[in-house]
Amino acid sequence: MPAAQAAASAILVVENIVMRFATAEGGLTAIDNVSFNVAPAEFLAVIGPSGCGKSTLFNIIGGLLGGYQGQVAVGGETVSGPHASIGMVFQEESTFPWRNVVDNIAFPLEIAGVPRRERIDRARRFVSMVGLDGFEQRYPSELSGGMRQRVSMARTLASEPKILLMDEPFASLDEQTRLLLGDKVLQIQQQLKQTTLLITHNITEAVQLADRILVMTYRPGQVKRIVDINLPRPRTSEVVSSEAFGRYVAQIWSDLREEASRGMIDDERRALHAGEHKA
Amino acid sequence: MSAAAVTARRWAPPLVGFGSLLLFLTAVEILIRVGAINRYIVPLPSEVAASFTRVILEEDILHRFLITAWECLAASLLLTVFGIGIGVAFHQVRLLRLACETWVAAMASAPLVLAYPLFLVLFGRSALTIIMMSFLVGLPPVILKTIEGLSATRRVLINVGRSFKLTSAQQFWKILLPSALPTIFVGIRLGLMFALINVVAVEFLINFGGLGQLINDLAERYDLPGVYAAICFVMLISVVFFVITERAERWLKSAG
Repeated sequence: MPAAQAAASAILVVENIVMRFATAEGGLTAIDNVSFNVAPAEFLAVIGPSGCGKSTLFNIIGGLLGGYQGQVAVGGETVSGPHASIGMVFQEESTFPWRNVVDNIAFPLEIAGVPRRERIDRARRFVSMVGLDGFEQRYPSELSGGMRQRVSMARTLASEPKILLMDEPFASLDEQTRLLLGDKVLQIQQQLKQTTLLITHNITEAVQLADRILVMTYRPGQVKRIVDINLPRPRTSEVVSSEAFGRYVAQIWSDLREEASRGMIDDERRALHAGEHKA
Repeated sequence: MSAAAVTARRWAPPLVGFGSLLLFLTAVEILIRVGAINRYIVPLPSEVAASFTRVILEEDILHRFLITAWECLAASLLLTVFGIGIGVAFHQVRLLRLACETWVAAMASAPLVLAYPLFLVLFGRSALTIIMMSFLVGLPPVILKTIEGLSATRRVLINVGRSFKLTSAQQFWKILLPSALPTIFVGIRLGLMFALINVVAVEFLINFGGLGQLINDLAERYDLPGVYAAICFVMLISVVFFVITERAERWLKSAG
């Protein structure tokens, strides 16, 4: 598809984003001229090494961070600040510990002024969607990490965003839970035709879930490559054993390897430098 | 687990608790009887136990208990409302916090009870003096813990609120306050403890009101068993107030 046409049909357009931070050693360019589009119902994963500005990008698109150049548009409308059409799922544990599962999930409906009875009914649909039936009255402290992340995801889905924006939501979970939750995400995405943008550093997770993967470079974060993932849908975590899956993982790792090692060397140099200053 | 084991597990802690108290009192009793502890300073526990009926029947203890409880209640309501209010104001207005937080901390460690003549001049020899002093003594921990609780709200929870486009009032009522509530209750419990001690101390000092005055009277009459019996009622008040705050916290949690 030509770029102009792709932009016209896209639901999310990210255009020429540049983000600089002031630091002690002068300026640091965290993100340099990043542009991409997401089509309706598409699943795009953004992958990059630590320090490529992934989380910065997440905060910019979600409207939590200002002071950047370029623009973010949803459905043709430029957004600045948090936007109802973008629902964010955070990396850190973000359930409200003082609310039970169903009240956590009903939170955005409560803010929207939906009457209690109706919002509980509506929230229950999302409780089942993330597979937490029977846990409605439990508090987050009684749930496992994976269950809590599902509560966060359901809470965001309950606000019925046009775009689901997730920042490494499963980063703190073990590999097996992560694969199984990936299945859940695939299932939900299929059911809701949910446009999703996933930020991650996990290659298997990205290949397992995404239609396209955007690979970012190490500092400053730029678009290195966009890879189409032509694995069949509907997909499950069983896809990880296929040969095509392995090829995609290898291909993306060869792109990432260089960036990740650049990041590692940079970190070591900085640590050494800091040590010299102290001595 | 068998039913008997469940019952044992449930009742063992209180039984051991009461058992050790009984053991301690028996030890004191023996030590006094053999002369290791001076019985003119510490009365025999058995005498204290025997004096309960006398204190209850002759000293109008229920009435005094209610007076002291009412003073505690008034002081605790005041310190809750003003403590949280001032804490919130400090949290919202950074300048205020930077300017005054140290003063509040200093006030927390000041022996305010020594300023009782000043309060007598301001409010007279009345319940108001007792309530105001206790309120002020209990105030600092509530303010400090409110600030601490609000400031410790996790960044990500605030960001969740921002991503759902909460107004600043919603951000406060729906996220900051419920997140801070457990810490605020720690402050209220501390404040309550200070206030309670102070209520009885000031009653004792100015010889006015409830249990504190009774303790003063009994001490003047050198009725030591009576003094210790009256102190048990002071402890009862503190137990009642702790149960109330615990209930209130649980209720607020389920309502939040």
